[in-house]
Amino acid sequence: MQHAQRPTWPHKDLLDVTQLTRAELFHLLDTAAQFHDINRRPVKKVPTLKGKSVVLFFAEPSTRTKTSFDVAGKRLSADTFSLAKSGSSLSKGESLKDTALTLQAMTPDIIVIRHSSSGAAQFLAERLDCSVVNAGDGWHAHPTQALLDCYSLRQVWGDTFEGRTLLILGDIAHSRVARSNVHLLSSLGVKVRLCAPRTLLPAGVHNWPVTIFNRLDDAVQGVDAVMCLRLQLERQQAGLLPDLREYAQRFCLSPRHLAMAAPGARVLHPGPMNRGLEISSVLADAPESLILDQVAAGVATRMAILFLLATRTGIEQTADNGGRA
Amino acid sequence: MTATTSPSLFLRNARLLGRMVDVAVADGRIASVTDSGAGCTPAGTDAGSGAAPAGAESIDAKGMVLFPALIDAHTHMREPGQEYKEDIASGLAAAAHGGFGAVLCMANTKPVNDDASITRDMIDTARRHWPHGPRLHPIGAATVGLKGTELAPLAELAEAGCVAFSNDGAPVPDTEMFRRCVEYAADQGKVVIDHCEDPYLAKGAHMNEGETSGRIGVKGQPDIGEALHVARDILLADYLKLPIHLAHISCRRSVELIAWAKQRGVPVTAETCPHYLLLTDKELLGYDTKAKVNPPLRTDDDVAALREAVQSGVIDILATDHAPHAAHEKETPLDEAPNGITGLDTAVALTWGLVREGVLTEADLIRLWATEPGRIFGLPVNGFNVGDPADFFLLDPEEKWVPSRGTMHSKSLNTPFLGKELVGRVKALWLGGVKVV
Repeated sequence: MQHAQRPTWPHKDLLDVTQLTRAELFHLLDTAAQFHDINRRPVKKVPTLKGKSVVLFFAEPSTRTKTSFDVAGKRLSADTFSLAKSGSSLSKGESLKDTALTLQAMTPDIIVIRHSSSGAAQFLAERLDCSVVNAGDGWHAHPTQALLDCYSLRQVWGDTFEGRTLLILGDIAHSRVARSNVHLLSSLGVKVRLCAPRTLLPAGVHNWPVTIFNRLDDAVQGVDAVMCLRLQLERQQAGLLPDLREYAQRFCLSPRHLAMAAPGARVLHPGPMNRGLEISSVLADAPESLILDQVAAGVATRMAILFLLATRTGIEQTADNGGRA
Repeated sequence: MTATTSPSLFLRNARLLGRMVDVAVADGRIASVTDSGAGCTPAGTDAGSGAAPAGAESIDAKGMVLFPALIDAHTHMREPGQEYKEDIASGLAAAAHGGFGAVLCMANTKPVNDDASITRDMIDTARRHWPHGPRLHPIGAATVGLKGTELAPLAELAEAGCVAFSNDGAPVPDTEMFRRCVEYAADQGKVVIDHCEDPYLAKGAHMNEGETSGRIGVKGQPDIGEALHVARDILLADYLKLPIHLAHISCRRSVELIAWAKQRGVPVTAETCPHYLLLTDKELLGYDTKAKVNPPLRTDDDVAALREAVQSGVIDILATDHAPHAAHEKETPLDEAPNGITGLDTAVALTWGLVREGVLTEADLIRLWATEPGRIFGLPVNGFNVGDPADFFLLDPEEKWVPSRGTMHSKSLNTPFLGKELVGRVKALWLGGVKVV
């Protein structure tokens, strides 16, 4: 054991993965790994954030992310409070600013926000003294999802991200998960491919650090992992797709496709899944699937995020793993 | 003016298009313009004396630039109906301090200006608050309630004082209906102003569609949404041989179509706004709602095209599209914020910045902000010829100032230039020879 060190965590908020340096990212992942161990114990609770309060402000429907943050907070002994749009003054026409200021007056330590408007988390962070965690804002960013995806892949790949190939498949245009993952994983040297019909690709995507495909058979060749994205069924009503059956025939990931990937290729999905539409049911449950590992990783990663923001210090690391990045 | 009228104002040593001039005013009109030091030569005074005529107020304008009072062909005064954003008195205050002698105001008030009584009330309100100007010229709704389905009473609106017609903010998608607006307005000797926007391509959009919108995850509208309707209007104007004025043009594709139309002699005219000559959609990278405007800020390439177009005359005029919104309306996430930038307070400083940059000349400013708007909408302009209306302002070309609550006169401060240092400030405005500010 070398000298212990307790680095400071420089960020008040977590709004996007773009704000993290490589060293900060690996420190966060290392911290998550330590919390992951707590989640495997018989007694899954530590007093680390006792007396801290975390508001879960989900102005958009969510099951797994909200529950994941709730579990993460409780396992660190923080008090968590939930607020949904339907139960808040937002549904009575109150502005986001006024709702947030009202919440702040109750002096939480952290507000976790999900909102349908891109930039909503930044909007709050600029106005509030407490920490703000972006749990998904519009089509913009979902940093905690990208971090847990990265954590999940690290469990398989170790620290050898450089040179790996990841395919992100599905509705890229409307996906905050895709945007955050493209940035995070490409910054680690992962070669990112995108595959979607042109109607589901965002403007300017040709300037992103990605390779673009519109045929899944081509896109999946030799990849080390495939990340399927949920297809929102209203995309058909919006005229972006002719027919869900046609979409499924061309873009639903199946065992046949995975056979074209690199040996040992893994499958990810941020959930919730439409089985048979963007991912075949058999593949979702296959050994190659990391989908449930992602859920477990989500709790650990969010514990790390809450811890780092609430204490603004790093967890004690050895010089070896603390300086990994 | 009679030959025996005595000058009431004598402005000395002002810079007008590079000349140093003395200007005499009598009976609200220009009585003479002479090179400084040469003496004034109005009728009834001693030529070549170099001194102010007896009884005239004398003002030394040394170091100041003299401009004719400007015309803003595109504003939103918000009265009646949304006076918490702006009212006619505050809007005209912003206009006066911005060097404007006349403003045209759009019809999207509440209620909509589709009734002559509303038009008359707006004009009366303006006269009551600003008896000497700036002058308010309402633009009537082209269709009832701006709904795009039924012609507004354009003749009655014209008789009440509307100088043009527009559905600005709620473009008429029905081309047959729009055609009838143009034809019926022409019978009144008026032009229709069109906000060019394809309603389908623009649906649900909050900014320009492009690399920035893709990056920050915001639905954008492509520039072809504007250009498609520009093309429609050009073909319609060509077919009807009737004028159509294209509002707040924002992109290269539109500029190229307008250039083509003008080469063919199609009677279209067009405007753009200072912000389209200065800003791009990158202003929205941090979700700054103050930079949310419709049409949206575009790209560097569009800015370059628009700058060339205002230099060459493909774009005929500048206008502010002054669109005030209260602070609480803009202090929201981007997709909840209304579109609009205030412009009357800052327009001259922003375009003077383009002169300092070498993009425009002083003569361009006069053409773009006064002469051409006057021609298109049939309003008087001071050309500094004897007998012209004595409508002019002095600009301190070096004064630095920062747009803020203390320096702006609009009720609303929704401009991305808030807090940024500008150079060039209006120091005084005379309208009809009367000092207004």
